[in-house]
Amino acid sequence: MAQVTLRKIVKEYEGGVQAVKGIDLDIADHEFVVLVGPSGCGKSTTLRMIAGLEEISGGDIMIGGSVVNDVPPRDRDIAMVFQNYALYPHMSVFDNMAFGLMLRKFPKDEIKRRVDNAARILDIVPLLERKPKALSGGQRQRVAMGRAIVRAPKVFLFDEPLSNLDAKLRVQMRTEIKKVHQTVRTTTIYVTHDQVEAMTLADRVVVMNHGIIEQVGPPQELYHNPATRFVAGFIGSPAMNFLPARVENDRVHLHGDAWLPIPEARRARYASAVGRDLLFGIRPEHLTDQRLGLPNRADILITPEVIEPMGMETLVHFHLGEARDCCARIEPTVHAAPGEPILLTADMNNMHLLDAATGRVL
Amino acid sequence: MPDSMTAAVSAPRGPESGAGGGLRRLARRRSTIAFLMTLPLICVIVGLVAYPAAYAVYLSTLNRRMDGFAGLLQFEILVDNETFWLVVWQSCLFAISAVLAKALIGFWLAHMLHHIPTKGQRKWRGMLLIPWVIPPALSTLGWWWMYDPTYSSLNWILAIFAVPAVPWLGEPWWARISVIMVNVWYGAPFFMIMYLAALKSVPEQLYEAAAIDGATSWQRLRHITLPMMQNIISITVLFSLIVTFANYDIVRVLTNGGPRDLTHVFATYAFQVGILSGNIPRGAAVSLFMLPALAVFAYFILRGVNRRNREMA
Repeated sequence: MAQVTLRKIVKEYEGGVQAVKGIDLDIADHEFVVLVGPSGCGKSTTLRMIAGLEEISGGDIMIGGSVVNDVPPRDRDIAMVFQNYALYPHMSVFDNMAFGLMLRKFPKDEIKRRVDNAARILDIVPLLERKPKALSGGQRQRVAMGRAIVRAPKVFLFDEPLSNLDAKLRVQMRTEIKKVHQTVRTTTIYVTHDQVEAMTLADRVVVMNHGIIEQVGPPQELYHNPATRFVAGFIGSPAMNFLPARVENDRVHLHGDAWLPIPEARRARYASAVGRDLLFGIRPEHLTDQRLGLPNRADILITPEVIEPMGMETLVHFHLGEARDCCARIEPTVHAAPGEPILLTADMNNMHLLDAATGRVL
Repeated sequence: MPDSMTAAVSAPRGPESGAGGGLRRLARRRSTIAFLMTLPLICVIVGLVAYPAAYAVYLSTLNRRMDGFAGLLQFEILVDNETFWLVVWQSCLFAISAVLAKALIGFWLAHMLHHIPTKGQRKWRGMLLIPWVIPPALSTLGWWWMYDPTYSSLNWILAIFAVPAVPWLGEPWWARISVIMVNVWYGAPFFMIMYLAALKSVPEQLYEAAAIDGATSWQRLRHITLPMMQNIISITVLFSLIVTFANYDIVRVLTNGGPRDLTHVFATYAFQVGILSGNIPRGAAVSLFMLPALAVFAYFILRGVNRRNREMA
């Protein structure tokens, strides 16, 4: 059993700067949890505290039900994959992978069996005699994962493992990591600033900002029902559009004189927001050229500023009233040109209204 | 038409043509510029290293009166000389034990410094470097006073603990140890600073990875620190061994080779034979004697360094 539990975890540096401000998190056995957030949000610090590489200033960390606050990293039965791989440059790939087992005095034939098995899973058998210098970035990352796998630890920790790889390799390695987790089913905590990685890998995503957890949930839940403006803006690419708005007469009044009808099912929910300063949030894919054929749609006339043809879709950038940098996704076959007005359709079933003052989604 | 083309091709090519253009092209070549820029250093090396070395080789092949070629006669005489073999043994004892002690103390100091905060580290680093920046002839004079049998501060301290006075420079073994101690005191900071730089260049993540892999501090030192520092350790030891074999000033000031030639090293013995006794060819032969052994040693060390560089860097 390898649940990981964080209770009121605090990390405070000299001078009173708090990197992590009392977070609580329960990670189930076999679960793949991704901590995601911008630089400085405390995600890597949290991971390093779980690994035992950072002292905790307050709270408790439990692995497999035992408090490990004062347990050194070597006795926590965890394995970690670092951003810069942290392979031992003077050792061969085999020795890098075998190092942890050798220190734990495993018999030689058992070490060989485990390393060979991990090498087969990761497809690095021909590389076992090479030194890390003779490997490509992707191969090094596989070796780093192999080093973690051979130990069969209670928990895998990944600290931005794909950040140093090029875009294509990153996608490939992402799939590899998912495959490995499906094979070995070890509890995994993965840190990244890339929300695409978070969405594609995680059973549950933990969105962090300024040392606190903004929201925890499965990727689809976070995408469709964000709790805060930060989560709504952070998850999804291109980001959600936010436009200053008010609710009046069952309609959303956007600053810029657009009036959009609120779907009937949501009217009661937004009744208390009448007259308050709000933000209307809608994702680019819910603001398209298509006639959706749904009852709850609203047309908005915009003038594109920049057109980005992506092949499978076209991104249209425009500004609407006070909101700059709005974005819509349209079919690549639809003609759009900068300066030529175009009629977009907002799917109001997927709209969000946020309190402008608190940033909470209503 | 073909005539006019031929004429165009063979027409004079203006000011760049001929010998002037060729010289300009030569001057613009990167290799030429590199050679010209390193020329001052090449001149210094030829004048101060290559010429004296070649001249020493030439001198060692002359007879005592320096008026005829004697081949390897001076070396043959040295091989049959009992005092010379004593000098060889003492030089090896001096160089190897001093370098070993300097390496161990330097490594220990570097580790201590590496683990204290940056602010305090600067102060300690500065203080610990003092022995290395004082001219050795002067600092050795200070040690000579401290080793004085009657007024020695060392013996004064021993007397406080009721330990009998030690004849630091009067008895052969104590004299050898005293000379080695001064060399270690002078040279350990060099090792310390080299090892400190090497320690700082080991990525912190390797230690973190090793800690998670299950390594204790001793295992991290053995499996991470030492292999990662191997090149610096090798080069520092090689450099120091060469310099220590050639050491002159410490022995000259402290014992002048005595008592009874029992602390002579190559440099002081070469000076005594070549300059004080006036046998310059024999002195040159003494100073050249260790050259082949050191060259072979240097070759293997540098080969190892190159191999590791290729594999790791």
